[in-house]
Amino acid sequence: MSSLIIKAEGFTPPGPADFELPAIAFGVTKPMLQLVLAAVIVFVFFYVAARHRQVVPGRLQFAGEQGYNFVRNSMSRDILGTHDFMKFTPYLFALFFFILVNNVFATIPFFQFPTFSRSGMVYGLAAMSWIIYNAVGIKKHGFLGYLKLQSVPSGVTGPILALLIPLEFLSNIIVRPVTLALRLFANMLAGHLLLILFALGGEYLLVELGGAYAAVGILSWVMFIAIAFLELLVQFLQAYVFVLLNAMYIQGALADEH
Amino acid sequence: MHTLTTALVVEAAEGELNPLVPHTAEIVLSLIVFGILFFAVRKFVVPAFEQAYAERTAAIEGGIAAAESKQAEADARLAELEAQLADARHEAARIREEAREQGAAIIAEMRDQAQTEATRIVENGKTQIEAERQQAVTALRAEVGAIATGLAGRIVGESLEDEARQSRVVERFLVDLEAGTSGVN
Repeated sequence: MSSLIIKAEGFTPPGPADFELPAIAFGVTKPMLQLVLAAVIVFVFFYVAARHRQVVPGRLQFAGEQGYNFVRNSMSRDILGTHDFMKFTPYLFALFFFILVNNVFATIPFFQFPTFSRSGMVYGLAAMSWIIYNAVGIKKHGFLGYLKLQSVPSGVTGPILALLIPLEFLSNIIVRPVTLALRLFANMLAGHLLLILFALGGEYLLVELGGAYAAVGILSWVMFIAIAFLELLVQFLQAYVFVLLNAMYIQGALADEH
Repeated sequence: MHTLTTALVVEAAEGELNPLVPHTAEIVLSLIVFGILFFAVRKFVVPAFEQAYAERTAAIEGGIAAAESKQAEADARLAELEAQLADARHEAARIREEAREQGAAIIAEMRDQAQTEATRIVENGKTQIEAERQQAVTALRAEVGAIATGLAGRIVGESLEDEARQSRVVERFLVDLEAGTSGVN
């Protein structure tokens, strides 16, 4: 055990420094380029897919429609209801595929960096979500009406109510954007960190230590591959959860009864 | 291991590389990029998809309506044809019935005619036969009388040339003949 510690001291574990990529030019970093590229990819793909809009769709149009339908029907319409959902579908649709493509960049060769492991990128989207659902609620119920809707649970009276009002306010107004941002950001950061750790650790065990440690190095690389596939699932799930919660927050702000 | 943990703690405590601390440029950039994407998608992509859906719905509904009208048309045509067929069957049955009646009438008429004709022919035959019999009887009576008187004259040796006698003898003979056959033989 003590010999392992001594040997491991030669290994520098991956850390936050691995996410501070140097600027390519003029202060523009790789995640910034990925962010823009993701937006371009999403727009161009769906624009081309929707351009001809035939009654009997071709392959590309079908793929585009499936993607659009996924957000439109299974998220937007199911949560927001048939009355309001078209107002928010473009937002949810753009958001889902924007996040998804940015997340998948973590796996695509030559990119291999999750854009949203940069906290600033996620804070922006979370702040936007917070503004949108609150603005929608205030517009519908008025400022005080909206505060009441989000803070005062119905069917509760007495001292419990006094206890619940600050809790509800905290959870519905203050905490939501924070959890929304951290969930996406931390998942992307941790997943990528884990991949770096298995890749570099495996390399260190195999190349620097060798011998009996080589087997562990191989195992480490196997784990790297397994985690990479797990990450694919996480990338999709995080995009899905982010948009699903957006839709649910908007639905909650629009609701007549809490 | 202890050294490693300590190193991490020290690094985090320094706060230089806290991943939770954002870069302002990234916040602004993500908002701008997503904002542009959102407006582009809302203007160009979503209406196109929605229009495609609307067109598809219209096409399907139109197709269903067209199919329904075609079906109704076909049903009407079928009913019409069936009515026509029933009419035709009825007509055929009527004609057949009529023909049968006519045939029966014709047969009956023909039978009547034939019957009449046969009766007439039979009547004719009978009349003719009667006439011929009468003629034969008359002829025979004259001939038999002459032969008989001739025979009798020879047997008796007495001339029966005398008209009155002759006729008396013949009469008596014929009466005997008609009364029974024993007198002659």
